[in-house]
Amino acid sequence: MGLKGGLGARELGGLEHNYLLAPGHTACAGCPMPVIIRHVLDVLGKDTIVVNATSCSEIISSQYPRSAFKTPYIHSLFENTPAVATGVVRALRAMGNDHTQVVIIAGDGATYDIGFGAMSGAMERNEDIIYICYDNEAYMNTGVQRSSATPPLAKTTTSPVGSKIHGKVMPKKPIVEICAAHGIPYSASASIAYLPDFKAKLEKAKAMKGFRFIDVISPCVPGWGYDPAISIELSRLAVETGMWELFEIENGKRKDTFKPGQLKPVGLYLKPQKRFKHLSDAEIAGIQKGILERTKIPLLKS
Amino acid sequence: MKKTLEGSIAVAEAIKNCEPDVAACYPITPSTHIGEHLSEFFANGELKSYVNTEAEISSIAALIGASAAGGRAISVTSSQGLAYMHESLFCAAGMRLPMLIVVGNRSLSAPLSIWNDWQDSIAERDSGCMQFYAENNQEAVDLAIQAFKISEAVNLPAILGMDGFYLTHSVEPLDIPEITEVQKFLPKRVSAVKLDTKNPLTMGAYAFPQYYQGFRQDLHKDLLSAKTTIKNVHNEFAKQFGRKYGNGLIEEYNTKDAEYILISMGSAAGNAKDAADELRTAGEKVGVLRIRCYRPFPSEDIAKALDGKKGVGVFEKAYSMGAVPPVYADVSEAITNCKSRPQLSSFVGGLGGKDVTVDSLKILFGKLKKGVCKEWV
Repeated sequence: MGLKGGLGARELGGLEHNYLLAPGHTACAGCPMPVIIRHVLDVLGKDTIVVNATSCSEIISSQYPRSAFKTPYIHSLFENTPAVATGVVRALRAMGNDHTQVVIIAGDGATYDIGFGAMSGAMERNEDIIYICYDNEAYMNTGVQRSSATPPLAKTTTSPVGSKIHGKVMPKKPIVEICAAHGIPYSASASIAYLPDFKAKLEKAKAMKGFRFIDVISPCVPGWGYDPAISIELSRLAVETGMWELFEIENGKRKDTFKPGQLKPVGLYLKPQKRFKHLSDAEIAGIQKGILERTKIPLLKS
Repeated sequence: MKKTLEGSIAVAEAIKNCEPDVAACYPITPSTHIGEHLSEFFANGELKSYVNTEAEISSIAALIGASAAGGRAISVTSSQGLAYMHESLFCAAGMRLPMLIVVGNRSLSAPLSIWNDWQDSIAERDSGCMQFYAENNQEAVDLAIQAFKISEAVNLPAILGMDGFYLTHSVEPLDIPEITEVQKFLPKRVSAVKLDTKNPLTMGAYAFPQYYQGFRQDLHKDLLSAKTTIKNVHNEFAKQFGRKYGNGLIEEYNTKDAEYILISMGSAAGNAKDAADELRTAGEKVGVLRIRCYRPFPSEDIAKALDGKKGVGVFEKAYSMGAVPPVYADVSEAITNCKSRPQLSSFVGGLGGKDVTVDSLKILFGKLKKGVCKEWV
């Protein structure tokens, strides 16, 4: 029973929102993260408890004495969210509640790095939790430091462009595959530029039990350095260039949920972003080569 | 009915009879046996939920979540495990979440030592969690039951310290209150503030400078006023189960006419009582004051008990490196409220399992007579 989104309803192709994330949060103009959360709650509905890691998503939504969340919401610390969610769901089930969904909202720092141990533990125990990582590929809340989700060569404040080192050296962790390797029932990637795909994944996750993980690309206006008008465009270009693959691993079986027939040149994705501004043509060519080898999709003939 | 049990097993049984909704544990010596027995109860369907966490930091996080959801939550740890919970203890207290953490007290590295002292829990004294120290295993059992009730009444976490090995691994005849009796004393937890989709609220919001300090000050005030609840719950327990431990905050042992008093906590206080008994037989006016509740600190009761005494010594298994021992520091502040202040001495010992014998404590009473003394013994 969602409220019609007024002006937005038509623009959004007749989509209904329940506005469990209320407007009035303090996210940056153009930030897609509140959009991601809103769609998550649209699908999961009112019978959902949000467990939030310390992050931008927490800072923009729950500044005392206000809260943008209309669902029950708990935030405690940065690294402990999967264990907090474990406690919540175990207590609910122990007290006879077998229906409420417990959903984690966390950034890539909490997911790939500091909270990874706790997440690994919760996955190994197959706790009944949905985990949404909004992946903006760095520690944005603290001012753009590199995380293990930061893609190679990207510039952050702790992977700077120096005379000897040119941005981030190490690759991005394949988190969806790492989660799936724990034997959890569902692990997927998503992009809000492909909303029906994202929502189908959420619906699928909602219908399952156990630990379910979705990693959603979340461009960051100040962190990536781009025009706030193109957040959705970048979310799409990431997929169209092969930088971000849309797939799911269900009970160990991988399936591409959307695969471009031909890839757009990666420069279209990299060039609007200041974090890649320092890249030489050779470096861009190297990234392109890597994508082609990894995806085995041909490059679009121009 | 009395059973001959190891301290850890006895406490695990008491916890089971408190019917927690969630137990979350990670193994660490010397408290491992408690977690093992809780998992056994779970395997036999006698415990509702048991989480084998991948680290202590997740044990306490699970307690935060379980307590926020309105459940009764328990964990067990020691030493580095409690230290690994450090930031979460401050958070759990700040979020006003009741829970029980049983600590088999053990030293902190380095050097690595698995043996007893109180450095682990005393290092968490500023967290906002309540702290209780059991003298013996019967008290550990009784305190576990009381601590749940106190914690849920004042909405603050409770740490129950039981000396590693001295208590956790010692076997003696103990009375484990039956589940039906415990149910009368400790009804199901009812929480008005919890994660409930029928009544959504936000927990763990962040506070700008105009609010933060006010929250911390409220926490301090509420921790102080928990003293009344602690005494009341202790009295209620004594009435129902027939076992009493001083006034719930401190226990005075032959202090009324004593000229010299040794203060201690935990199992060391038992030895101090034996030492005092032997000296009494020889005609010396000595007594023992045992601190049962270390946080909130019972300053008023301590000042009252020590007023007019000639000499008082604090024996503790902890130190504040680069300053003075922590219990001594608190007692020093407390006696500023005495009309006639005793001379106060400080003894630090028993660190990392260093033996604390009755004879060694008798020597400390002797030192009190000679004036102020500050020593590692």
